[in-house]
Amino acid sequence: MRDWRLEIENILTMTTTTLSRQTGAALWRNVALPILAILAALLVGALMLAISGFDVAAAYSALWSGIFGNARNLGEAMLRATPLILIGAGIAIAFRCGIWNIGAEGQFYMGAAAGAFIGLTASDLPAWLSIPMALLAGALCGGLWAAIAGWLKVRLGLNEVVTTIMLNYIAIGIVGYLVTGPMQEASRYNPQTDEIAAGMVLPRLFSGMRVHAGFLLALIVPVLAAILLFRTPRGFALRAVGFNPEAAQHAGINVNRQYMLAIGLSGAAAGLAGAVEVLGVIGRLYENISPGYGFTGIAVSLLAANHPVGTIFSGLLFGALTTGAELMQLTAKIPSAMTFILQGLIIAFLVSFRAMQGRVWRRG
Amino acid sequence: MEWIIGLQALLQATVRMAAPLTFTAVGETYGERAGVINIGLEGLMLIGAVVAYAVAFASGNIWLGVLAAGLAAMVFGMLFGVVTITLGANQIVAGAALNLVGLGLSSFIYRAFFGTVTDRAIQPLEAVKIPLLSQIPVLGPVLFEQNMLVYMALLLAPLAAWVLNRTMLGLAIRSVGEHPKATATAGLSVIGLRYGAVAFGALLAGVGGAYLSVAYANQFVENMVAGRGFIALAIVVFGRWSPLGALWASLLFGFTFALQLRLQAANIQIAYQFLQILPYVATIVAMILLRGQSAQPKALGIPYTERA
Repeated sequence: MRDWRLEIENILTMTTTTLSRQTGAALWRNVALPILAILAALLVGALMLAISGFDVAAAYSALWSGIFGNARNLGEAMLRATPLILIGAGIAIAFRCGIWNIGAEGQFYMGAAAGAFIGLTASDLPAWLSIPMALLAGALCGGLWAAIAGWLKVRLGLNEVVTTIMLNYIAIGIVGYLVTGPMQEASRYNPQTDEIAAGMVLPRLFSGMRVHAGFLLALIVPVLAAILLFRTPRGFALRAVGFNPEAAQHAGINVNRQYMLAIGLSGAAAGLAGAVEVLGVIGRLYENISPGYGFTGIAVSLLAANHPVGTIFSGLLFGALTTGAELMQLTAKIPSAMTFILQGLIIAFLVSFRAMQGRVWRRG
Repeated sequence: MEWIIGLQALLQATVRMAAPLTFTAVGETYGERAGVINIGLEGLMLIGAVVAYAVAFASGNIWLGVLAAGLAAMVFGMLFGVVTITLGANQIVAGAALNLVGLGLSSFIYRAFFGTVTDRAIQPLEAVKIPLLSQIPVLGPVLFEQNMLVYMALLLAPLAAWVLNRTMLGLAIRSVGEHPKATATAGLSVIGLRYGAVAFGALLAGVGGAYLSVAYANQFVENMVAGRGFIALAIVVFGRWSPLGALWASLLFGFTFALQLRLQAANIQIAYQFLQILPYVATIVAMILLRGQSAQPKALGIPYTERA
């Protein structure tokens, strides 16, 4: 007779060791490697500053106090992080499904245009109705814009990397047309719309800070995205397609439908970010409304290992880097373009470290 | 006769606008034929633009600037190669990082070293008239009254096509993008060929960027590449991964740029944004029309490991 208690004990120890090994590996991959990448990027940045003849200590202490110096700076970092988190959480869904949506920039523009349109026309409605309408319109337009690339991929087999990049420039052109044509301000002076109705401006979270209610959305949307991805059958199907589309097809998953859903949702998140930016910060639509949020959003998602909840942290980090770099420019006279260098380096180091780790494991 | 002069000026501008796209797209065609897609061309062009400007400004020699730009971009191309070819990281991700670094670094260099300089002009690259040929009506001024870099771009495309299609080296590059394992079996270095193609592509992207600052604008402006790196990516697809196709596609894109500027200058009441978006719409339409007979290299974007 087999000793069943021993059996169970064996199974239990086995599962706990695999579990702890897995969480250890996940911790290493998702927390330790990003921190290493950030440190490596700061180190290279320091070398660059030193070579260019800047005072590295002054630069980085300005960067630090630009982020943590006072509550106001933190609020500003939250403000800057809001569009990045929303876009990043959406991109995480697309990348998990294996569809390369490089078009968040254009989706952001379309969402901003839709949000501004409602903001200008629905001023007679009560705010509890008009604000959600504007946000929904933004998400819808962003999602539909992304769906064009999705449709071109699943129906006609066109590479989404190229089509989403093309759609970015088309969207930017359309917004340029809108703000110099049909939606231009009444005075017809600048390439911008009039200001949206005052009642539709998103409320601020703290007095004296610009961070607005949109930041709450940036906390909610990633959680919803994570629940979808990791806690629902639909999310399982999305990730299965991302792992191996052919195997997913054989398992009876409709691959094309997952692609459409993933890119549509990711576009909706970027469109929502556009509407939030218009209602929360800018108050109107104008040409070149985004300083490359769509592209930084890609980096935000990657730094978070394409985990939607992780984008809250990586988005805050990138938002903080932006505000910190502004103080660095003010006090240490260092060009704020340094932010982009640091962001790029973080991603470059991170993908390198992950690839190296993969190699070591394959060899072992 | 006035319309002929107008047409001539339009076509001249077309060729001028096409040259930086040709350099970059021909280079990227090589990279992609070898199986590596680099969406970081925008960043590489920006690095080329600022380095060419800075070196030309400091040395007074434009050609030294162009050379330095090519080499600087090549260094970054090699770093991109380390990440994607040696380490096998995702090429789209590494390219996105390269764009961020290029955007930041070019602005940083310009602000750090030229922030206080007031006289920032450099000697423009002058047009060189080719004897006799430049006398041909319309075609002469369009093709044979341009600066040296334009001639180089026009000659580069057929030369690159010849190397790619008619030489052993070209065959090796093409095979490494279609079937790297077979290439390795034949005793060639997959890694080496890919590094070579990526470095060559980066060098040309740097020259394309240099063209913008020293041959076109005669100055550096932050983010002056303004999406041309992404357009070059589209041109590679539009040109069906062939250097000559890239030349024709560059000319087409150059034409829409030139037309758009002329219409804007002439204050014609057409929303110029529609002309601005025309090349991007055209790319998608062309992709739709040419679908199914895809010329895309089969191993494009897939890292190569000896084990797998």
